[in-house]
Amino acid sequence: MAFSDEQLERYSRHIILKEIGVRGQKKLLNAKVLIIGAGGLGAPAAMYLAAAGVGTIGIADADEVDLSNLQRQIIHATDDVGKPKVESAKETMNKMNPDVTVKTYHEFVSSENILDLIKDYDFIIDGTDNFPAKFLINDACVMAKKPFSHAGIIRFKGQLMTYVPGEGPCYRCVFKNPPPKDAVPTCKQAGVIGAMGGVIGSLQAMEAIKYITGVGELLTGSLLTFDAIKMNFHKVKLPKADCNCAVCGTHPTITKLIDYEQAECDGI
Amino acid sequence: MKITVSGEVKEVKDELTIAELIELENVETPQYVSVSVNDEFAKSEDFKTQKLHEGDIVEFLYFMGGGQ
Ligand SMILES: [Zn+2]
Repeated sequence: MAFSDEQLERYSRHIILKEIGVRGQKKLLNAKVLIIGAGGLGAPAAMYLAAAGVGTIGIADADEVDLSNLQRQIIHATDDVGKPKVESAKETMNKMNPDVTVKTYHEFVSSENILDLIKDYDFIIDGTDNFPAKFLINDACVMAKKPFSHAGIIRFKGQLMTYVPGEGPCYRCVFKNPPPKDAVPTCKQAGVIGAMGGVIGSLQAMEAIKYITGVGELLTGSLLTFDAIKMNFHKVKLPKADCNCAVCGTHPTITKLIDYEQAECDGI
Repeated sequence: MKITVSGEVKEVKDELTIAELIELENVETPQYVSVSVNDEFAKSEDFKTQKLHEGDIVEFLYFMGGGQ
């Protein structure tokens, strides 16, 4: 595949980087990334990946755009209220970069469909807002041997980690099981600074780009936390993958995907 | 003794347990926090008995569910 003049110009700031170059840009154009959740995290992640020329971007979300989303979900605009988020996200990405093929999945991700959803993708971004989905994505990616970026944001805080099969702990190694319904507050209950999605979602896009191009160190075996009040990033070195982990351990006890019960206020 | 908690060096009493540190640090939702000591997970059933030592590096890992 040769670059057109337009592509050479569009991606010139990537191509000039010795770590990326023409080769890295080709890898991006051939890559497939799935973003689950077109919200606070998924919006900036999708936009940066589209701008970067990731050739195929899948986006899964069952919701419609709500006015209260627009404080942070920058892929959607005021005119999009009421529209499926995946449609609005697709329109924005198509406008940004015609090189990108956007595939939309206007559905809830569950144990029934997730393995089928992730199977064609090289990297998965967890942009969901609830623990049942976060554990489901982890377990499915471990089972299907897919790398993914986990992240969470709330109030003035955010965190993320990257799972790559065989290269470090999974989300369940660290957090074991979802907390009981309503035990840990969600964004809707607790609030979140809109720009936090921009910070953490962009870092998720950065991890995807680094994974695809093979540049640098990923957040495998580390959890990066960001506290906007103290303006402090802290990289926590995680313990090694837990050989007793219920899903990625040597004798996994979770061999079938689980649909945990969601808190009533989630998924909005 | 001195220990490092979430990247900050702190002076704490000798033989402080993990449970006592959780209280000292005002950890939100303490029953759902994961704790690592020197890059090893501490078991939650040991929080009340596991003592910390001079120079230990303790990290709290919090559930963070938001994203939409
Ligand atoms: Zn694991």
